[in-house]
Amino acid sequence: MIPESDRAALRPEQATIPPGHPWNRIPVIAAVCALLGVVACAILGPANPKQFFFSWLVSFLFFLSLALGALFFVLIQYASQGGWGIVLRRIGETTFATVPVMAALFLPLLLGLNDLYSWTIPGAAEHDALLRWKAPYLNVPFFLIRAALYFGIWSFIAVLYYRGSSGQDVTGDPRVSARLRRLAGPAIIVLALTQTFASIDWIMSLTPHWYSTMFGVYFFAGSFVGFIALLSVVSAAMRGAGLLDTVISAEHLQDIGKFLFAFTAFWAYIAFSQFFLMWYANLPEETFWFKTRIEGSWLPVSLLLMAGHFVAPFFYLMGRRVKRNGATLAVGGAWVLAMHFVDIYWQVMPTLHPEGFRPSALDVAALVAIGGCFVAAASWLMRRQALVPMRDPRLAESLAFENV
Amino acid sequence: MPLVARLPKGPYFGILGEFASPADLQRACARVRDAGFTRWDAHSPFPVHGLARAMGIGRSPLPWIVLGMGLTGAALGFVLQWWVHAYAYPLVISGKPYFSWPAYIPITFEVGVLFGALGAVFGMLGLNRLPMHYHPLFKSKVFERASDDAFFISIESWDPQFDPSATGKLLESLGARSVELLES
Repeated sequence: MIPESDRAALRPEQATIPPGHPWNRIPVIAAVCALLGVVACAILGPANPKQFFFSWLVSFLFFLSLALGALFFVLIQYASQGGWGIVLRRIGETTFATVPVMAALFLPLLLGLNDLYSWTIPGAAEHDALLRWKAPYLNVPFFLIRAALYFGIWSFIAVLYYRGSSGQDVTGDPRVSARLRRLAGPAIIVLALTQTFASIDWIMSLTPHWYSTMFGVYFFAGSFVGFIALLSVVSAAMRGAGLLDTVISAEHLQDIGKFLFAFTAFWAYIAFSQFFLMWYANLPEETFWFKTRIEGSWLPVSLLLMAGHFVAPFFYLMGRRVKRNGATLAVGGAWVLAMHFVDIYWQVMPTLHPEGFRPSALDVAALVAIGGCFVAAASWLMRRQALVPMRDPRLAESLAFENV
Repeated sequence: MPLVARLPKGPYFGILGEFASPADLQRACARVRDAGFTRWDAHSPFPVHGLARAMGIGRSPLPWIVLGMGLTGAALGFVLQWWVHAYAYPLVISGKPYFSWPAYIPITFEVGVLFGALGAVFGMLGLNRLPMHYHPLFKSKVFERASDDAFFISIESWDPQFDPSATGKLLESLGARSVELLES
């Protein structure tokens, strides 16, 4: 047991956004951005609804994947009884608490199901043996039920862990940690399954004839490395802004950096495994997906992913000093975050533009609209409570954490 | 192979001080470090967190050895496959071009990891001058417990600040349970 005296090691003013701090304005600024993005979508969208729905889907998946990555990060911390990351947990909690917002942002896609998913067009399966074969799974009512189920389950887990953690700030009850730890294992399994099927529904079924048995893992790898990249940027930015600068130390930054390094490599391992087996076996129902992406102007995007999502961060993050310095870690995190966006874009957009890379103003508009909502929600939640779980029984351990 | 340690010249190898606990050892190490000694070592039956910092040991060059070996291995693995498949014995395999680099990636990775791991193990042994079959510390009876339940600091006689009596007194003042002067 950690003595009570150690638990009081952190003063509240060390872990809250002080009144008048510029970070207090972020929710409003982000909300204004979101509004501008929505207006831009409303102006540009009607002229090109197909492009709008695809752009919206890309940005929706990007921010949703960050929220789900955050959920996994926090669950794994509970399940493994990790001590080092307690001071970072609230960043994860505020990130995954945006899941209900993402559920609302999913709704516009329902208006464009026929534009996005060719199998939803009535009669699509009539002259298509494969779609007929897949129809028991790929049909609109079941698709909608599944989507409701995913968001229901994610929101439930998110609210459970968010409430549990913020409730502990008030009560200081260590049993909350024990209860959430027991639930973390089953929650990880449920999250893995729902996230896998969600990626099949929302990304793979864009090309309903495609087969890949490891797409779910691929989406998970991207979502987790995406959140770690976000965590690098946010924790370094917080220190830079004078928030938590006495709480998050170079030791914590180094561990975030290790995660970032490890999971860019994990992403590359999964991405390559998916590509490699399909390339080697050369079966038409698998290779056409990659063929679109290594032809024409999609090839440079694929090469950018290889170099930018793996090779560059791998060597950049290898050294110790880069990971222990907030500025250099944030640069690495921002880069990986951008690459994660390119990754999602590269998964979705070639369905709309098989002829080549065609950037659109709607891509930016959707990114700003959804990103604005995401940042506004997360930063609004950050203002409502302490920036670290103040009375978690392992807080003292996390504060004193040192790499060997 | 450095089977025998390089030894200081002179009648004494150095002074050995025994400490009761890891915490005592760590405190004493910090003081020996601050006293400016450079040729000395600490001995513990198990890794003590923070001891390296208390001893003022700098970063090991081992990561660079591992990086160099890893890159060498990856390059060798890649070139080997290119040589076999595209140059020495060109065969058409599943309709792919001779030089099908995606197929080389797993072996390139594995050989890179293998060389990196070998570099880590043998680099560590080399930097520690191991295996070492004889060392003057082995003459000390009490030092046998360094692999059991005792903690030691040994200060070697070629340290510029070494003095047989003064250094012994220093270790005693730092809380050493016993201090032993070791002959060469």
